[in-house]
Amino acid sequence: MVYPAHEQVQSLVLFDRGDQPKAEPRSSSSSFLALDPRFLHTLIIFLFASSLSLSKMIRFILLQNRQGKTRLAKYYVPLEESEKHKVEYEVHRLVVNRDPKFTNFVEFRTHKVIYRRYAGLFFSICVDITDNELAYLECIHLFVEILDHFFSNVCELDLVFNFHKVYLILDEFILAGELQETSKKVFIFSYILVFFFWRS
Amino acid sequence: MGSQGGWGQSKEFLDLVKSIGEARSKAEEDRIVLNEIEMLKRRINEPDIPKKKMKEYIIRLVYVEMLGHDASFGYIHAVKMTHDDSLLLKRTGYLAVTLFLNEDHDLIILIVNTIQKDLKSDNYLVVCAALTAVCKLINEETIPAVLPQVVELLGHQKEAVRKKAIMALHRFYQRSPSSVTHLISNFRKRLCDNDPGVMGATLCPLFDLISADVDSYKDLVTSFVSILKQVAERRLPKSYDYHQMPAPFIQIRLLKILALLGSGDKQASEHMYTVLGDIFRKCDSSSNIGNAVLYECICCVSSIHPSPKLLDSAAEVTSRFLKSDNHNLKYLGIDALRRLMKVNPDIAEEHQLAVIDCLEDPDDTLKRKTFELLFKMTKSTNVEVIVDRMIDYMISINDNHYKTEIASRCVELAEQFAPSNHWFIQTMNKVFEHAGDLVNVKVAHNLMRLIAEGFGDDDEGTDNQLRSSAVESYLRILSEPKLPSMFLQVICWVLGEYGTADGKFSASYITGKLCDVAEAHPSDDIVKAYAVTAIMKICAFEIAAGRKVELLPECQSLIDELSASHSTDLQQRAYELQAVLGLDGHAVESIMPADASCEDIEVDKSLSFLNSYVQQSLEKGAQPYIPENERSGILNISNFRNQDQHESSAHGLRFEAYELPKPSITLRTPAPAPAVSSTELVPISEPTYPKETNQAAKLSTVTDTGATELKLRLEGVQKKWGKPTYSTPVPSTSSSNLKTTNGVNQLGQATLSSHSRDVSYDSKRPQAEISPEKQKLAASLFGGSSSKPDKKPQSTSHKTSRLGNPASEKPQVATASAATTELAPQKTAPVQTPPPDLLDLGEPTVGDTIPSIDPFKQLEGLLGPPDVSSSTNSGTVSVTQPPDLMALYGDSSLSGVSSSISNLVPTNLDSMNLVSSSSSAADHGGSKVALSASLKKGPNPQDSLEKDSLARQLGVTPSIQNPNLFRDLLG
Repeated sequence: MVYPAHEQVQSLVLFDRGDQPKAEPRSSSSSFLALDPRFLHTLIIFLFASSLSLSKMIRFILLQNRQGKTRLAKYYVPLEESEKHKVEYEVHRLVVNRDPKFTNFVEFRTHKVIYRRYAGLFFSICVDITDNELAYLECIHLFVEILDHFFSNVCELDLVFNFHKVYLILDEFILAGELQETSKKVFIFSYILVFFFWRS
Repeated sequence: MGSQGGWGQSKEFLDLVKSIGEARSKAEEDRIVLNEIEMLKRRINEPDIPKKKMKEYIIRLVYVEMLGHDASFGYIHAVKMTHDDSLLLKRTGYLAVTLFLNEDHDLIILIVNTIQKDLKSDNYLVVCAALTAVCKLINEETIPAVLPQVVELLGHQKEAVRKKAIMALHRFYQRSPSSVTHLISNFRKRLCDNDPGVMGATLCPLFDLISADVDSYKDLVTSFVSILKQVAERRLPKSYDYHQMPAPFIQIRLLKILALLGSGDKQASEHMYTVLGDIFRKCDSSSNIGNAVLYECICCVSSIHPSPKLLDSAAEVTSRFLKSDNHNLKYLGIDALRRLMKVNPDIAEEHQLAVIDCLEDPDDTLKRKTFELLFKMTKSTNVEVIVDRMIDYMISINDNHYKTEIASRCVELAEQFAPSNHWFIQTMNKVFEHAGDLVNVKVAHNLMRLIAEGFGDDDEGTDNQLRSSAVESYLRILSEPKLPSMFLQVICWVLGEYGTADGKFSASYITGKLCDVAEAHPSDDIVKAYAVTAIMKICAFEIAAGRKVELLPECQSLIDELSASHSTDLQQRAYELQAVLGLDGHAVESIMPADASCEDIEVDKSLSFLNSYVQQSLEKGAQPYIPENERSGILNISNFRNQDQHESSAHGLRFEAYELPKPSITLRTPAPAPAVSSTELVPISEPTYPKETNQAAKLSTVTDTGATELKLRLEGVQKKWGKPTYSTPVPSTSSSNLKTTNGVNQLGQATLSSHSRDVSYDSKRPQAEISPEKQKLAASLFGGSSSKPDKKPQSTSHKTSRLGNPASEKPQVATASAATTELAPQKTAPVQTPPPDLLDLGEPTVGDTIPSIDPFKQLEGLLGPPDVSSSTNSGTVSVTQPPDLMALYGDSSLSGVSSSISNLVPTNLDSMNLVSSSSSAADHGGSKVALSASLKKGPNPQDSLEKDSLARQLGVTPSIQNPNLFRDLLG
């Protein structure tokens, strides 16, 4: 990978690991808090309810770093733009300060967020409350294994600069809120072709 | 391949990403992004942009959107890009539109054409790209446009295309089930696809289809079982393995489907037993994914027709989960326990300490899951402990959503199992105080009703005691700032009705307090209305008692303020208060009788008291009244309900003015007479409320609390969860150290090899670690079954004493349910031979403290007229009316019970027999509750009450051996 300059990469990595606490990581936080949580709640309930017929499925996938910056966000239910940001903010707040000993599952409104932390990155999947949590936890891991295969020793910077590729990989991995392909080999084979075209 | 080469990105783009990453604040980030947007807006509209450049712009738009800014100006360019011939550009276009557009966006219609074309492409990668977009973008309206092509693609030679086509159809089904109903056979066909990926994908739509309609897919049980068997036997290609597990995600999907298909179907379930047993045996419990499959197995086992052997395996795995140090596994263990408890209530017994550990865990998720479990296992013996815990937790959290949920659970448990009314009121106070605005209005009404009706008519003393304790507690609570509106309404009402009833507080003190309430909430009209009505009541009681009423100055000013209020309701109340103050004691007494909130108001529907007036008018030459249904030519809007029938007869124009909308009360008294209003004037609905619900109870099936409370009183006999012996945790049976791959994988590190955390399943829990408080808690939660015998009395005795005298309860059961004895002979048989461990329950503490309340009266008071219960029976229950219990317990049950009494302190043996037998019976009832939770949790508490008492008489243990008996009996 040819990053512009070595030092800059270094600083980015440091920042992303959260070793240099930022004065104000998310200044918009106050405005979110100012919102009446009940309003937010009903709004989100409403929005999720609109897709209740979509029984068990993944509602969204988020990749966020410790500061709450979204590295990737894929929604499988229709949400307004402003809702998405509230969701992202809330999910980050839920997962970021949890003790590593705790469960990797958090209740989020009427749903459940299953998250897993890899270095400074949080992978969060929002699923139905009755779904098999551990399976989704492993699903995150499988996704990371796949990413690792593509980027050979994936790190956050790979994902930052190649977010569009991550989206493409995710599209092959999860389609319409369902796990699409669980065989790594099939997956990789089908993807070599796509990437071949992508590169050209 | 990695990320080398830049992939055609320009330095500009890399700089953008980098500068965003280095931004020191959100404001700085926003500034950078806004600059970027400006730049993109300018450039993207330039003519003749090279395609490669355009592609980069689109990706930058995606980036901008991901950071939370609006990039809608560029959507159209993304749409255009999907038209491009080059696969690379097309894929970029599709990627961008799927991220930008929701399914109802206007631009979708522009893409449908392209999608149609691409679905026919020779290049399967193009088809794949189009199908990906189909999944996201096609809405209900556009489904028909692409459906035929997608169906055609089910037969495509490339498995990737078939798989995506299946997923797309699944999506269509979710969007609009009717659109694909004719294609269900295709799903079945795809299940036999050669490619495991396609087969796995087919399971998703099949799961949805089966959960919608189980019966049409019973024929697939054998297919699913054989697939699962093959998967478990590693017949699938090695590439589907994940952490040495054969295709775990497919296994999990299959198990989910089998759970649906086997639920309540013995025959289907029997097909599954072998393969489930195999999975339990083979599954590797050292990895996360292995445990995920095991957990799914437990879910399946607890859902299908029970098999003792499988339940044993499931219990074993559950206990392994619970004993693990890994929180994730504990969480799954708690959930598995909850599921298994439905089948076998005894299973929780050995895990009580683990459950309590989880309850005290700092991890909120685990705590909540444990509360869910406790909620399911609440009985009258442990309700106090559990509800107290729940309330403590409710107070400690800020999440309104969960607060609402836990508050409603507290209310539900309190209504169902409350050991005493006093406790119920205290609990409700706490719930209202901390989550008042989140609970249902009905709950407040129930609370008022309970205070008004008390225990029953007979024992006024206890009722008054209850009321004055309520008044006292409310006066105390009023001093606290920021009470929820709903709670204030209850307080005002109770203070108005009973504030001065016991003479402890002076009228001026109470009115002063009420004025404070009204003043403290200037913007809350409802609270003000409640307060002013309460003041009126207090004044009326004073006047009626012959005392002089001196209005406090602040009270007077409140009335003045309200008489000028913008709200007509408040105005009216204020004027009424003033009018009442001017009346003499006699008149006031008939307007506002003391403690009459639960008296029925007789509604004279024929308005006979007006007869003389009508007669007079007729004599004076007035037109006689013609009932509405006899009037043919004149159509009145008020009978709009019959309008349909009338339509044919009344097509002409109507010339009368529309009648004014009537308040709902007038529906019951069709021709309101103005003369009555002065005496029937009831400013707010509270005084009429209890009567209304009473009537509602008679008319409709049941009111909420009336029946549930009745139920709790019947159940108010000791129950236990299991054997009374203290069971220590199983000594370490399996101390195998297991590894999970739950560790944090280092992204930045060289490999992904999981840095695994050791998880030991060592079940040995040193005895010393168990603190006395925990044991105590366990004892109170688990009905004393965990504590050592010497600790027993302290935890359970005070409960039983409060629950009323069970001995006196039985005649009441018998009479209340209109005893019919013809069924008694059959039923004596099960009573005689109940399993000894369940009988081993009676405790010698019941006899000595018999409360002065007569529970029969309580029952009557709550139930209303006895005909209510019989008339509201659903058909299934009323067939087996409870027989005379006295006859049952009088002689026949002695033999069965006597064995259990031998180890009890032999005091008052006669009543002991009854006590223990009834408590054991109650326990059967309790376990039945757990067994058929879905049955019992139905909307009609009275039904469940009936079933419960029936179960009690039968003395049948609803163990897994005789579920059929229960089904037969209870329908």
